[in-house]
Amino acid sequence: MTTISVRLAVLLLPLLMASGAMAVDTARLDDQTQLPKAPKKVSGTKYFQPPAEGEIPNNAFGELVRRGQDLFMNTKALAPQYVGNEMNCVNCHIDRGRKANSAPLWAAYPMYPAYRKKNNKVNTFVERMQGCFQFSMNGKPPAADSEVLTALTAYAYWMSTNAPIGKALPGRGFDEPPPPKGGYDIGRGKVVYEKQCAICHGDNGEGKKVGVTSVFPPLWGKDSYNWGAGMHRINTAAGFIQHNMPLGRGETLSDQDAWDVAAFINSHERPQDPRLVNGSIEETRKRYHADDGVNLYGVTVNGTLLGQGVK
Amino acid sequence: MRDFGPSRRLALLCGVLLSLPLPALAADGEAIMQKGGANPAAMPCITCHGADGKGMAGGFPRLSGLPEDYLAKQLRDFKSGSRQNPIMQPIASALTDEEVAAVAKAYAQRPKVNVQATPGGRPVEGSGAWIALRGLWDRNVPECTLCHGPAGVGVGSHFPPLAGQSAEYIEAQLKAWRGEKAVAATKKAKAIPAVAPTRRNDPNGLMQHIAVDLSDAEIKAVAEYFGSLGDSKEPFDETQHRLR
Ligand code: HEC
Ligand code: HEC
Ligand code: HEC
Ligand code: HEC
Repeated sequence: MTTISVRLAVLLLPLLMASGAMAVDTARLDDQTQLPKAPKKVSGTKYFQPPAEGEIPNNAFGELVRRGQDLFMNTKALAPQYVGNEMNCVNCHIDRGRKANSAPLWAAYPMYPAYRKKNNKVNTFVERMQGCFQFSMNGKPPAADSEVLTALTAYAYWMSTNAPIGKALPGRGFDEPPPPKGGYDIGRGKVVYEKQCAICHGDNGEGKKVGVTSVFPPLWGKDSYNWGAGMHRINTAAGFIQHNMPLGRGETLSDQDAWDVAAFINSHERPQDPRLVNGSIEETRKRYHADDGVNLYGVTVNGTLLGQGVK
Repeated sequence: MRDFGPSRRLALLCGVLLSLPLPALAADGEAIMQKGGANPAAMPCITCHGADGKGMAGGFPRLSGLPEDYLAKQLRDFKSGSRQNPIMQPIASALTDEEVAAVAKAYAQRPKVNVQATPGGRPVEGSGAWIALRGLWDRNVPECTLCHGPAGVGVGSHFPPLAGQSAEYIEAQLKAWRGEKAVAATKKAKAIPAVAPTRRNDPNGLMQHIAVDLSDAEIKAVAEYFGSLGDSKEPFDETQHRLR
């Protein structure tokens, strides 16, 4: 976004709020940049250990922390007004946001507010979560001082008990495998998908529900993360998948298989990038995707232009 | 496929022409439950799985309301030996493919287990409920409900319900996947040889590593948790979410 339009958005914001429109400055959420690479874990040492659930105190603070955990696990059920798909935070932040290499909250919270040299901006922890609401959950981010974000912040703060402030911890982010030498192959990824993933995520990536509750989350299509989400990057998805999938059998896919299957998943349509520029896929690609890791937004695959979005 | 002969084919043709209901060609699932299969070795299912198909004490599982594909797969797995059991293997082997399909369909149409909205409340670390609802992620064991559905009601045709099964049966299955390690001889006791797993039929090994990673006490505790989630009298409102 240009500086002028940012200033305009800032000027307009109070006006928008007064008119009851979305109370979030989406201009600041522009940028779901990739996390910096986390330091490697020294062999023989453990990842940071967050406190146990039983250590949540039985007082008003503990209530807020528990509420945050409930929201994190049951986002669609408990905060449906902010969720536009069938996802919950825990779907990508495994074990209630505790698992290393699944972008755990204990490695995230102490790293904010984060300064980004690239655009000379400062991003707060709340803004990062708002980003996940807007892109990963394809929804409307709750206001910074909302009950939902206050509870989620309390949960992340509690989980970071005794973690050092401002020091990147091993296990942060998704520890992406290096790109395979010969590149990735969507066709091979399809084979991996059919053998190892379709049993849960469905032949069409649609996931699986029990009643109205999503159990196996969708990987593409209208109910999945949108084209602006971090997971739409093949490199990011490859990291998540290699460490965490197939469920319970993480660390079994090779770098090549993880990249191939990540590319296969991310070569399917999903909801449009909410930052769509002038209704143009090409302009949006140039502004937001050209420099954002490895991704297929605005790229033609098998004769079809990707990035058209589905509703 | 059996060849039905010319007269049968004629009857089929007439049936289609006259749009009359065809006589049941396939085996009758309900009859197999009550009276057994055509081969007498396929004993009536109700003698062990209960008149209502909801299982019986002594490790006889519930079949009522289990997914059709799952039931048919188990019967095929007993036949092939990827699931071993001295009682069920001869019974399954005595069923024809047609009978397997029919009886699986009939049991799948029986009532599903009905579990309350939020059984139990917040789990306590180290309990069976904890393993069921939170998992043991430091050992890469996901919470059981992530695959077996919230409240253990099952998901789709590959992930059977655990609610509605007895603790005894669940424990036996986990041990069947795990087998037993050999125990070395001591001064007082003789060596006990290892027991190989008798159940190896889980798709992509999704279940086996879980059973292997649980201790005897944990297996017992988690089995007791699901065993306590029997049929509830209050129906669950399917428009409501089941929370994690
Ligand atoms: C579709 C998967 C997905 C879902 C769902 C999701 N996230 Fe994220 N989240 C990500 C990705 C991808 C990143 C960025 C990781 C990267 O770029 O390497 C991220 C990053 C974060 C971070 C920053 C991590 C860090 O170390 O700085 C926080 C905090 C976060 N998410 C919170 C949430 C919350 C709260 C929700 C629910 C409202 C949520 N996420 C839902 C995928 C997801
Ligand atoms: C046994 C079922 C199962 C299998 C097999 C499985 N997944 Fe998953 N997957 C899940 C579940 C459950 C979650 C959400 C975890 C949670 O909510 O705690 C998930 C989450 C995900 C996510 C992040 C959430 C989303 O919807 O984008 C991705 C990406 C993913 N899986 C990809 C894969 C890939 C690729 C494979 C095959 C290599 C695979 N999965 C195999 C069950 C499975
Ligand atoms: C003599 C007792 C007996 C009879 C009769 C019997 N079963 Fe079983 N059945 C068992 C036992 C015991 C098990 C548990 C086996 C194990 O531990 O692996 C079982 C397991 C099963 C299972 C696996 C269920 C699951 O949840 O995985 C199916 C399916 C099944 N039986 C179908 C049938 C059918 C169909 C019939 C009738 C044709 C039948 N059984 C008759 C004793 C019996
Ligand atoms: C990653 C997915 C996954 C997880 C997590 C999981 N299971 Fe399973 N489980 C399966 C699958 C798949 C089957 C069916 C295997 C087959 O086709 O025979 C199964 C079958 C079972 C059965 C046999 C049911 C029957 O009717 O015979 C039991 C018992 C069981 N699981 C217990 C557990 C327990 C207890 C846990 C938690 C400690 C657990 N499972 C976690 C995938 C999973």
